[in-house]
Amino acid sequence: MAYSEKVIEHYNNPRNVGSFGASKDVASRKDVGVGIVGAPECGDVMQLHIKVNDKGVIEDAKFKCFGCGSAIASSSLATEWIKGKSVDEALTIKNTQIVEELSLPPVKIHCSVLAEDSIRTAISDWKKKNGVAEAAPKTAAAH
Amino acid sequence: MAPKLPIYMDHAATTRCDPRVVEAMLPYFTEKFGNSASRNHKFGWEAEDAVEKARDQAAALIGATAKEIIWTSGSTESNNLAIKGAARMYAKAPEGQTGRGHIIASVIEHKAVLDPCKRLQREGFDVTFLEPGADGVITAAAVKAAMRPDTILVSLMWANNEIGTINEVPEIGALCHEREVIFHTDATQWVGKMPVDVDRDNIDLMSWSGHKIYGPKGAGALYVRRRKPRVRLEAIIDGGGHERGMRSGTLNVTGIVGFGKACELCATEMQNDGQRLLTLRRKLETELISKLEVVQINGHAEKRLPHLTNISFGFVEGESLLMGIKDIACSSGSACTSASLEPSYVLKSLGVGDELAHSSLRLSLGRWTTEEEIDFAVASIVKAVNHLRTMSPLYDLHNEGIDISKIVWQAH
Repeated sequence: MAYSEKVIEHYNNPRNVGSFGASKDVASRKDVGVGIVGAPECGDVMQLHIKVNDKGVIEDAKFKCFGCGSAIASSSLATEWIKGKSVDEALTIKNTQIVEELSLPPVKIHCSVLAEDSIRTAISDWKKKNGVAEAAPKTAAAH
Repeated sequence: MAPKLPIYMDHAATTRCDPRVVEAMLPYFTEKFGNSASRNHKFGWEAEDAVEKARDQAAALIGATAKEIIWTSGSTESNNLAIKGAARMYAKAPEGQTGRGHIIASVIEHKAVLDPCKRLQREGFDVTFLEPGADGVITAAAVKAAMRPDTILVSLMWANNEIGTINEVPEIGALCHEREVIFHTDATQWVGKMPVDVDRDNIDLMSWSGHKIYGPKGAGALYVRRRKPRVRLEAIIDGGGHERGMRSGTLNVTGIVGFGKACELCATEMQNDGQRLLTLRRKLETELISKLEVVQINGHAEKRLPHLTNISFGFVEGESLLMGIKDIACSSGSACTSASLEPSYVLKSLGVGDELAHSSLRLSLGRWTTEEEIDFAVASIVKAVNHLRTMSPLYDLHNEGIDISKIVWQAH
């Protein structure tokens, strides 16, 4: 499969790779929202950490991704787009915008859906921790 | 010396034509262009002589007689002819009825065996698809247990195309002969790499392709046993009655000449090639295991083809790994490399977790693979795996001591 230049560029130079701490530490941090979506057996897991200030602005974002080049590029792009946005602005990002920006082929649309989901899940985690909304988080939980 | 890039390590998919094969083929495109079925002029005779010489070369490689070789377009056609042709010929009830007979195959067969078997199921045959053990091997014991009084055909590959594991073919063949069941083996990955003697190995029908053995694409053969027992097949392609009525159509003379030459070269070179490639494959595996953690070689440790390895790199997805080693041409069992978005059914059937199936690479070496290329491949793979692990949330969880298999994931 031929990748678009933008996918290759993100794959080679992924933006904002990392995390704001180990999973057990960020679970209790109120300034960090955590979104983990996908599953290893499906071949895609995206982890998004967002650091949100008291004005509700995403000051920083870090991702990690187990997945194909398109999944890596989608999550890398997502971190670029949400940094500096308020959580409400970030929630307006649609997977179709990611598809368009990265020229993803139809079989890779699910990568963009995962990226959008990771944003929603991370924001909902942050909102829950801060009593902003009641939306249930979709983070992965250990047995 | 730095190797020429990109490096080809996908010989299980296809091989480069040996220059000696191309040289043998060339005259048959131009000055010796005759139709081998033209019985009344020199052009036809030349072509027929060439086809019959190739038949001798192919037969010699597998311990058969020339009359037992049927030319086809490749293994897919050979498999179709063998399986459908034998099932329909030895059916226990006429078309349109059920109970036409029982066939044994396995879940790790190539699609070119699975799909003909599934078509026969729709035509009223019963098919048992055996599951391999965790080592990927189909044993004679498993076949014996699946045998029924109405079993007419067993079709099992000799060596698996994805993991290179070797089935107990001679033993399975012996079992079939005891019970007068026809035995077909798809030997596409085996012939030309490993020795074959169709009598010693108890084979009735055997498929192989030219392009896997340094010959041309579009040329294949089916071995059809003529004595003890004499195997008959119902043709799929009807027409001029070529190939003793089993496969009509003007013969691909150039392709057949190349196929024959490729067989002749394999007969003399496979032992050396095999030894050399086994050494290189072992080096590849040993170095990857020593330089990276959580690396798993899939399939049986010993009962494997010398030139092929299937390796899973934990916490790294296969397609992204292929992107990271773009100078090495190879394959992955990852879902993303196929249209179906399903990870390799072969790896899944071994009980390799889906996650490790997504993380697998198949590297297959060939006649021109060099040690420098192995060194380059090791360095590239190690670099790419480490790069991807720095990005992998699963690797973090592993390092935190969390068992990924115990996590409830929010699957899509």
